[in-house]
Amino acid sequence: MDFLTVTLQLLEGFVTTLELFGLTLLFSLPLGLIIAFGAMSKFKPLKAVVKTFVWIIRGTPLMLQVIAVYYGPALLFEGIGMLPRFIAVMVAFVINYACYFSEIFRGGIEAIPKGQSEAGRVLGLNKFQIFSKIILLQVIKRIVAPMSNEIITLVKDTSLARVIVVTEILKVAQDFTAKGLIWPLFYTAIYYLIFVGVLTILFGFIEKKLSFYKE
Amino acid sequence: MAFLEVRNIHKQFGDLVVLKGIDFDLERGEVLSIIGSSGNGKTTLLRCINFLEIASVGTIALDGEEIFSADKKYTDKELTKIQHDIGLVFQSFNLFPQYTALQNVTLALDVKAENELKEQKIGYFQRKKLMKDIKKENIEYAKSILDKVGLIDKIDYYPCQLSGGQQQRVAIARALSLKPKILCFDEPTSALDPELTGEVLRVIKELKSPEIAMIIVTHEMKFAKEVSDKVIFMADGLIEEMGTTEQIFEKSQNPKTLAFLGNFAE
Repeated sequence: MDFLTVTLQLLEGFVTTLELFGLTLLFSLPLGLIIAFGAMSKFKPLKAVVKTFVWIIRGTPLMLQVIAVYYGPALLFEGIGMLPRFIAVMVAFVINYACYFSEIFRGGIEAIPKGQSEAGRVLGLNKFQIFSKIILLQVIKRIVAPMSNEIITLVKDTSLARVIVVTEILKVAQDFTAKGLIWPLFYTAIYYLIFVGVLTILFGFIEKKLSFYKE
Repeated sequence: MAFLEVRNIHKQFGDLVVLKGIDFDLERGEVLSIIGSSGNGKTTLLRCINFLEIASVGTIALDGEEIFSADKKYTDKELTKIQHDIGLVFQSFNLFPQYTALQNVTLALDVKAENELKEQKIGYFQRKKLMKDIKKENIEYAKSILDKVGLIDKIDYYPCQLSGGQQQRVAIARALSLKPKILCFDEPTSALDPELTGEVLRVIKELKSPEIAMIIVTHEMKFAKEVSDKVIFMADGLIEEMGTTEQIFEKSQNPKTLAFLGNFAE
């Protein structure tokens, strides 16, 4: 097996990795914001439910959640089929990451001084306008660093998908190992490193873009 | 009927009673100073008038119309509307850090205009088109207010690039943007270095006009004496004494008022 073939096959696996990464981000970011609002709700029962949910998701391994989403429904209810593997992984990832993101959002939102929304209120802005025009950008600026941490973790967590045989890059490399080829496994590190490098540059850029003002 | 009529305002937080029945009138063009030691309800009263707190009991009427009654429930939308008529300048400025001085002033103008267009059920694209011109007008208007507070050369500065006194002047311009009928100041110079209070007080003094009524919570007695038509001395959640500036500062016989003012005597 020559270098080029391995490179291309790993690349194919890495495309799956990227799909999982991208789609998870796409859905977990808005869901995380909704969960954050739930956790800050003044309606106590909702707050309790949301907080319990976040506790369960953050308190159990992501690998277990992937397995639960994939096998759970069929085990619990007769006659229910299994979700396609990729979808099952994605559902577990979206829920898991939404919960982690929600805590970052909540921290960011609660750190904005109350005077900001009060100033919006006395100027006749409604709640939605206060959030979108005053609070949101300040929150984003505050959470870029913790978010970049979490998002970089997500890149590497995608490797958990192989537990239900989704062929992301590490699964491809593992299959090579089974055929007696060890080095592709270590070669995968290059893919991760390059991608995380790109993300790091991107977050640096965002941080710089938002440095036009100080609080 | 007076321009602003505040009647029987009570406010409590849980078991803590902060306001125990506040009544006063204010006419258009008048300046009212509220003085008294900290923790006696001055700021809470101002926040009730601005609906940042909802009074537990009482009514407020403005320009012959009841705008608030503690017996009624108000939706967010209704409160938003009343808030246009009453401005507030905060002790800690509360400027929006991500907006320039100019943008801080135009924000509320743009939002208000857009809300009005929405209410007229004007479609999204039509609205965006109309907003273009409105925004241009708003910028011109905002510039004129910033000029009034002496900051025309700082319109593109962010709050972090301005001194405390300049920030507070931007905040005053922002509060003026919606042409409020009542403008309130909550200890506008308390967060400022002493050498910066002068410029802010000067601006407030210049705002005095027949068009607007002002309510100022302040610890600057000399300023209160100069600028006010009426003075309220508050103690323990009540108006201990109310009168013209002369009555309070020169002729008061009330022992509490005298004791309080005595603290400021040089």
